[in-house]
Amino acid sequence: MNAVLVAGLALTGAAGQSFASPEQDRAAFVALYREKFPAVPLENYVNGALMFSRDAQAQFDSIMEFPPFLGDIDRGKTLWERRFRNGKSLAGCFSNGGRSVAGNYPYYDSGGDEVVTFEMQINRCLRDNGEAQFKYDDKATMGIVTAYARTLSDGMRVDVRVEGAAALAKYEQGRKLYFARIGQYDFACASCHMDNAGKILRTEILSPAVGQTTHWPVFRGGDNLNTLHMRYRRCLEQMRASAFPAGGEELNNLEYFHSYLSNGLPMRASIYRK
Amino acid sequence: MADPMKIRAQLQGDIADIKVLMFHPMETGLRKDPVTGDVIALHFIQRVVAAHNGRTMLDAQWSQAVSKNPFVNFRIRGAKPGDKVTVSWEDNMGEKASIETTLN
Repeated sequence: MNAVLVAGLALTGAAGQSFASPEQDRAAFVALYREKFPAVPLENYVNGALMFSRDAQAQFDSIMEFPPFLGDIDRGKTLWERRFRNGKSLAGCFSNGGRSVAGNYPYYDSGGDEVVTFEMQINRCLRDNGEAQFKYDDKATMGIVTAYARTLSDGMRVDVRVEGAAALAKYEQGRKLYFARIGQYDFACASCHMDNAGKILRTEILSPAVGQTTHWPVFRGGDNLNTLHMRYRRCLEQMRASAFPAGGEELNNLEYFHSYLSNGLPMRASIYRK
Repeated sequence: MADPMKIRAQLQGDIADIKVLMFHPMETGLRKDPVTGDVIALHFIQRVVAAHNGRTMLDAQWSQAVSKNPFVNFRIRGAKPGDKVTVSWEDNMGEKASIETTLN
């Protein structure tokens, strides 16, 4: 019943008309998953595929007691607090030194008519202070600085806003991509993460869309830093589709839509993943 | 320069549970640099010593089979608040590191 509802929303969205509000989309996704997995509390969705396996969750909790990537997070802190030539720092560009801010990203910037992610805001800070910007897929700069900076918002509830027609248009772009069948396999994000969440694909359990954006970056195998956009790109490659550039408009809009689905859920950055 | 090690100690009754994370590449000497093709030199922690109030409780000889950024977890019986636990390592290139914690 609910699958039909969401698919119906998808069809109308793909046709280019917006019948549903972001809140209706989010509610439809949540209802779909609650029907499939009635025993899982909503707060648990931040754990992704781990929510389907008690053993995997226990292993994760054990590793997270003392994760191997603490050294990388320290290096991120150094980069976050490093003084620019003009004496300012990345920490200074954000309110409260960056504490409890990440949940408000991405946001729509009407001035530039673009979606701004947390990573993009970091680059704006660098640009505005005469410093070289970071490449969005560079683990050594954007990767490790967000590995630290995003942890300053641990526990913060996702609070992405889509207000006004222009913002909604960007949200709809992201939503359209989410449901678009692309690549050699003709898969959409929704093919796996909406329709088949909880099932196994290539030995791994597919995670649901709700909660997916709350926990980035991740350290795969404990030492392979992946940001959200790096993961989007890898997913697209695995779908045998051309991967959009990290930090580009397509993935920014996708993140805008995708993050909205996790509104209300607690964030936790820099976690372990297989 | 970041810390070479991090330590966490928890005291439950008279048993201290010590967790140590060591940041070390633990190179096996078998890997090659992807750009130059040169072999990356063998570089691994050879010896780990843990002491409780100066008394050696653990003396380990490791090989290159231990993975990067080794994690060690051990328990000491007969511990009390105020006791000092020290963990040190030495690698095959002569580098050393040490960390100390006081139980509470």
